[in-house]
Amino acid sequence: MYVADSRAGTPAPASADGAVRHPAGRRRAAVAPTVLALGTVSLITDVSSEMVTAVLPLYLVAGLGLSPLGFGLLDGIYNGFSAAVRLAGGHLADRGGGRHKWVAGFGYGLSALCRPLLLVAHALTPIGLVLAADRTGKGLRTAPRDALISLSSSPESRGRAFGVHRAMDTAGALLGPLAAFWILRVTVDGYDAVFTASFCVAAVGVLVLVLFVPGGPARPTAAPAQPPTSTSTSTSTSTQPPAPSPSPSPAPAPSSAPIPAARPTLRAAAGLLRGRELRGITVCALLLGLATVSDSFVYLLLQRRLGVPDRWFALLPLGTAAAFLLLAVPLGRLADRVGRRRVFLAGHGALLAAYTLLLASWHGPALPYAVLLLHGGFYAATDGVLMAAASETVPESLRSSGLAVVQTGQALARFACSMLFGAAWTLWGDRTALLASTAALAVCAAWCFVSLRPARETAA
Amino acid sequence: MTLRLRVLVLAGSVAVLAAVALAAVLHASARADRRDRARPGGPEIASGRVTLTAHGTMVFRSTAWGPHRDELTAVPAADPSGPRTPSGVTCLRFHAAAGTGVCLQAVHGPVSDTYRAVVLDAHLHVTRRYDVPGIPSRARVSPSGHWAAWTAFVGGDSYAGTGFSTRAAIVNIVTGELIGSLESFRVVEDGRTRHAPDRNFWGVTFAPDDRTFYATLATGGRTHLVHGDLRTRTVTILRANVECPSLSPDGTRIAFKKRVPGLPADAPWRLYVLDLRTGRETPLAERRSVDDQAVWKDTRTLVYALPGDYGADLYAVPSDGTGAPRRLSTAAVSPAFLP
Repeated sequence: MYVADSRAGTPAPASADGAVRHPAGRRRAAVAPTVLALGTVSLITDVSSEMVTAVLPLYLVAGLGLSPLGFGLLDGIYNGFSAAVRLAGGHLADRGGGRHKWVAGFGYGLSALCRPLLLVAHALTPIGLVLAADRTGKGLRTAPRDALISLSSSPESRGRAFGVHRAMDTAGALLGPLAAFWILRVTVDGYDAVFTASFCVAAVGVLVLVLFVPGGPARPTAAPAQPPTSTSTSTSTSTQPPAPSPSPSPAPAPSSAPIPAARPTLRAAAGLLRGRELRGITVCALLLGLATVSDSFVYLLLQRRLGVPDRWFALLPLGTAAAFLLLAVPLGRLADRVGRRRVFLAGHGALLAAYTLLLASWHGPALPYAVLLLHGGFYAATDGVLMAAASETVPESLRSSGLAVVQTGQALARFACSMLFGAAWTLWGDRTALLASTAALAVCAAWCFVSLRPARETAA
Repeated sequence: MTLRLRVLVLAGSVAVLAAVALAAVLHASARADRRDRARPGGPEIASGRVTLTAHGTMVFRSTAWGPHRDELTAVPAADPSGPRTPSGVTCLRFHAAAGTGVCLQAVHGPVSDTYRAVVLDAHLHVTRRYDVPGIPSRARVSPSGHWAAWTAFVGGDSYAGTGFSTRAAIVNIVTGELIGSLESFRVVEDGRTRHAPDRNFWGVTFAPDDRTFYATLATGGRTHLVHGDLRTRTVTILRANVECPSLSPDGTRIAFKKRVPGLPADAPWRLYVLDLRTGRETPLAERRSVDDQAVWKDTRTLVYALPGDYGADLYAVPSDGTGAPRRLSTAAVSPAFLP
């Protein structure tokens, strides 16, 4: 297994990415400042993007008088493009010179610039293009951002770092709609005000990234690409000397010779999947993604099978988000203690339980809450935790590319699943379709349980 | 850059951006005050009561600026641009027949707006309430006043989600029974059950027999006119490319909007009338794209809304393809003609 951060024996270069640095004798910092900065950026950006998402249907129908049907027709084509963008973003960020920050910053900036464009786009085609550009920005930034989180946390606290980031991200997603509907309440047809405010919020997010996320020249390929000789105790990064200045200092040349396999070339990125560990995780993410029914179907199933009244329908995603928000940090910490793959698989166990509850013939009043709690728990146990788990298998110099590969595999698999599930629903009805997904999820989870062999995992 | 400088830059930028956002909100909120004041030259306001049994009136949602904006409003059908009698009842969409109305309203909740449909008696008192799961689009009451239907857009809920669907509901006003979605009806094509993927229904229109209705069914990227049966709970596919049907009072013709090839994607429709006996389609004299479920003012005239300076304006056009469209009323949508 690659354990990129277990640089036992070699003097670790000062982290250019703001890794947890705590002077000897001081209490260990909870989470690296870079992670908090990135969490703040995500929180602010999610407020901005969810403001738009929340009012968009209303804007199209009531504001512009457009008929939004058929709007999602290009989703299939766009998902393929989005995957390519994600991989490109991951690769570009790895090409050295501290590009993680700037590729992510470009992605955030692109999305921010889309908001004022919504003020002038008044027809379906331009609005579709603006949304596509917005999602391109999101695709570009995700892998470099997750790589930054991963590179700036010590291996034994990565689960927690991702948990903190995801919790902040979700908090933003919860606040966005509140802000948007508040603006609509105090105005008349205040969509222009929503879009303007959303742009201002997004601009603050980009500023926080530019000002407070350290970029600087990335260290040259410092990661050992050969399997470690000992189990990872990984204390080296957490005992680095404190950086003298808040601004990132140029990294000294590494003492170890660069390993060709880890040089961030396109070929190296493409060769990542030859590594057994990353391939194992990617295949599992893909298989489990193929059995992960998309959120909208889960809410439809909740409504149809458990009889959730129409007026609560719009609030169901809030239930999932709230559970995600509350559980992201505890489950991230748990992943650090008991093993990320174990928690990742347990998260799919929660999803399996949610499916089972949806299939159950017993309909208690608490059932929808239980399903939403399990659904949010599934995200909390899998979203950031998967990135933490994948980080262990990719050398630092290819971290962003590696995470992009895993994310892309998962995203494409989930997209395929929603097409398949939709077709199954049509052919066999909701119960049978869900039964099939449940069976598929159970089989995939069992397979991953064996193939990932969490027992072998080095829990910190 | 030192930390202090960076914090200062951030604080300064946040102050500027917050000012911009606040200015945008204040500007949009001043719009509310402007729109609550009547404009010179706007429609005259008459006093009186609005009822759904007053013969020879048109009841509609007035979008004219002033204190009665968005209220149900009555005018004499013979003088649709004449003085407006407001009712105090606010609706987004409305329709009425036989002394019964259906009014689709927004309910301002603590988190976001939700929507509901209320059934109104002849004196505009609410007799029944139903939740509407999305943004209201179409509303209809059957000629007998015993049934009502509405359509809502249900938006996507994922990040930048772009998938929309429609939900068409039908309610028996007499018993209160609600059919939450037409998707529960069996779809029949050429005598066989069709398992239609991604079914979407919208634009219901009722026949006088309290059993038959027509609607649009979209599936597989195409729209269809369907004939519905409330007793057998089936819909039968009749023909393709028909949206928002509206059955004539004599039950012989259907006005609808048709997607015509070669038109821009944002304005793809033309108004047509279909003769149910001969199957012949007649294009109407309106050359603009109409995105509305037209209503029959009488057996010879159709009324529909087009975007206008204050929301929408109502136009009338002969139903036989002759003549020319003429503007009936400005700042008005969702008309119902009480014969």
